[in-house]
Amino acid sequence: MTADVGFGMTIVALVLALYGGVVAAVGARTGRAALVESAQHAALGVFTLVTACFALLAYAFLTFDFSIRYVASNTNLGTPFYYRITGVWGALEGSIILWAWMLALYTLILIVRHREGARELYPWALATMLGILAFFLLVMSVAAPPFQRQLPVPANGRGLNPLLEDTGMITHPVALYLGFTGFTVPFAFAMAALATGRVGDTWLVLTRRWTIVAWYFLSLGLLIGGWWSYHVLGWGGYWAWDPVENAAFMPWLTGTAFLHSVMIQERRRMLKLWNIVLVILTFGLTLFGTFLTRSGVIASVHAFTQGSIGMLFLGFLALVMLTALGLVAWRWDALRSQGNLDSVVSRESAFLLNNVLLVAAAFTVFFGTVFPLLSEAVRGVKVSVGAPFFNQVNVPLFLSLIFLMGVGPLIAWRRASLENLKRNFLWPVVLGIVAAAIAFALGVRSALAALTFATTVFVAATIAVDVVRATRARLRVGERLLPAVGGLLRRHNRRYGGFVVHLGILIIALGVTGSHAWSVQTETTLKRGESTELAGYRLRFEGLSAAEESNHFKVVGAFTVTNGRALGTLQPAKKFYPQEQAPIAYVDYRLGLKEDIYVVLGDFARDGSQATIKVQVNRLVSWIWIGGVVLTLGALLAILPDRRETA
Amino acid sequence: MNRRGKFIVGGAVIAAALAYMIYAGVTQSAVYFVTPAELRAAAMPGKAYRLGGMVVPGSLKWNPHALDLSFTLSDGTATVPVRHKGTPPDLFGEGRGAVVEGSWSSEGYFRASLIMAKHSEEYKAPHDKNQAGYQELIKTLKGEGR
Repeated sequence: MTADVGFGMTIVALVLALYGGVVAAVGARTGRAALVESAQHAALGVFTLVTACFALLAYAFLTFDFSIRYVASNTNLGTPFYYRITGVWGALEGSIILWAWMLALYTLILIVRHREGARELYPWALATMLGILAFFLLVMSVAAPPFQRQLPVPANGRGLNPLLEDTGMITHPVALYLGFTGFTVPFAFAMAALATGRVGDTWLVLTRRWTIVAWYFLSLGLLIGGWWSYHVLGWGGYWAWDPVENAAFMPWLTGTAFLHSVMIQERRRMLKLWNIVLVILTFGLTLFGTFLTRSGVIASVHAFTQGSIGMLFLGFLALVMLTALGLVAWRWDALRSQGNLDSVVSRESAFLLNNVLLVAAAFTVFFGTVFPLLSEAVRGVKVSVGAPFFNQVNVPLFLSLIFLMGVGPLIAWRRASLENLKRNFLWPVVLGIVAAAIAFALGVRSALAALTFATTVFVAATIAVDVVRATRARLRVGERLLPAVGGLLRRHNRRYGGFVVHLGILIIALGVTGSHAWSVQTETTLKRGESTELAGYRLRFEGLSAAEESNHFKVVGAFTVTNGRALGTLQPAKKFYPQEQAPIAYVDYRLGLKEDIYVVLGDFARDGSQATIKVQVNRLVSWIWIGGVVLTLGALLAILPDRRETA
Repeated sequence: MNRRGKFIVGGAVIAAALAYMIYAGVTQSAVYFVTPAELRAAAMPGKAYRLGGMVVPGSLKWNPHALDLSFTLSDGTATVPVRHKGTPPDLFGEGRGAVVEGSWSSEGYFRASLIMAKHSEEYKAPHDKNQAGYQELIKTLKGEGR
């Protein structure tokens, strides 16, 4: 029953989306408002149906309806309440529903926000959105049907992948998909701009905040993914350059480039073609990422469900790219720049370089990710490049980008005079050099760490220079200090939101550098009562205990930690799920600003007499999460409505 | 030089630097995917390999005090002895597939620096045998644990 209703609704939604897409396009072409209005109704219908599908699946999860294969595969009678809800998007089929639902939601918001304001572009944007939505509904009906029956109906389900039973996994996919789908809107408006030939600034201005919203969610998704990897997977890292991570990182890089290059077009009427290409690339990469992770062409430890869906995505990606680039070729003449670069030393150049470096980084990540495919095709041997490759190539790129983060926002437009450079950068450069000297005096011998530290201080100082200067200007007209800073953030929220984001990136860079340069680890086997030492910490093995939870059984080790004073007991565990062939490690840790102590229980003797553990002291990792919070706050500030527009 | 020229030169410099970094990165961190048979046929000491195969039942030895793990990987036609310093990962075991990364030692074994086990979110019917093992494990842990 549920299966039939769910499948039926999916099919009706697919037909409606196709109808709406076609009608909106015809309406846009002929200028018949009634057709566009009909497409709007179709979009509302699609949203209602996808919401109903989602609710139906959630209901099936809550009521343990194991006649649905997806429910039986991803939940069992022991699954706790909230993981039964989040289990809805715990695997492929549910992810696609979530994705389609978000697209439908964004389509509705697009209708509400832009129906009146953007008469020319709006119908085409609506048609594009509905077309893309139709593709996802097609995937839902043929390649990854969530409402497939399971016969005979099992008495109990298999259960959710235990690694996904974590709060990070509740929010990570949601944020990531909101980011991915968010870039559909700027893409849709770019297509509308190409279709109508109105390739000026209108589409950029309309989608400016959409882009920041998408970027915000994508960043949030990546950060939560890193946190999940760090505190669940038990290898002590947060980023492994795995194909799945790269798949989400590539659109982030090109999206970041787009976020910056739009400012050049708004200000100087340059880079029109570049902006269109960047947004096409970003949207294409979100599809490519799904193809990569779901097709099995690249081996990944994440191992998602695979199948025909990969080929569907590849086909759709090809269609999208051909159409989009065909439209670009058609509008080639209109996309020519009106402005000109006046000088190599100018804000335009800094932004241009920022874009080149971001796209170069995206290219290296792409190249490294598909390298096994390339080498197999060209030389017949399967060769992969791992984390060392990505680190080696990207570190110089990212360091240069961070440096530009200090230069870009302050350097003069058009042509920077020596006077301008001195006024803005003298102090930051001096402070950066001083910072490197201090780091050296404190015993930092890693050149990379010292350089990162100096660059970070330089950029932070440029931000301080700007804020102090702007605040002083406000104080001079009689404002008081706090209202002055507050007013700055509110009235120029895009600029200062950007600064806060930059600050967040700086903090993350420090955390990444510190954890790479100074983390230490050891692995050892302890008998009960024995201790091990690492970096000033002493861990004593007190014993093992066993406990039974609702859906698993666990063996918990107790280790008292001291570093001169008692720091409490860490309890890493191994969890045994009946549906899994192997136990799952449960990490325990004590987070700190300077360092985290992180313990993983490896092997143990069944009588509890001994245990093998891995102990890590990870330096400065917490700053990555702190930087992440700062970054997202900055992005939120930038999303707020621009005060200058309304005031 | 005019402005356009400067930008072209700048772009060329960036492109060349990037190409060099990618080239150097690939040559230094390339890892070759091989099966036990391929490795047996042409093993080069010092080269980085990723070796995949099945852990031969009865070959697994684990010494927790020395953190010494040794086992044999097989692809059905050839076998390779593997040694690793460290705890076996969670999904690792005899009769299961494993992928190890490391290099061929001149003493005639594969020195693994990393053992990878695949995670999967796919549905697997619980095997009766495993189920029994699970029950037995709970029993011993409850009885003798602590």
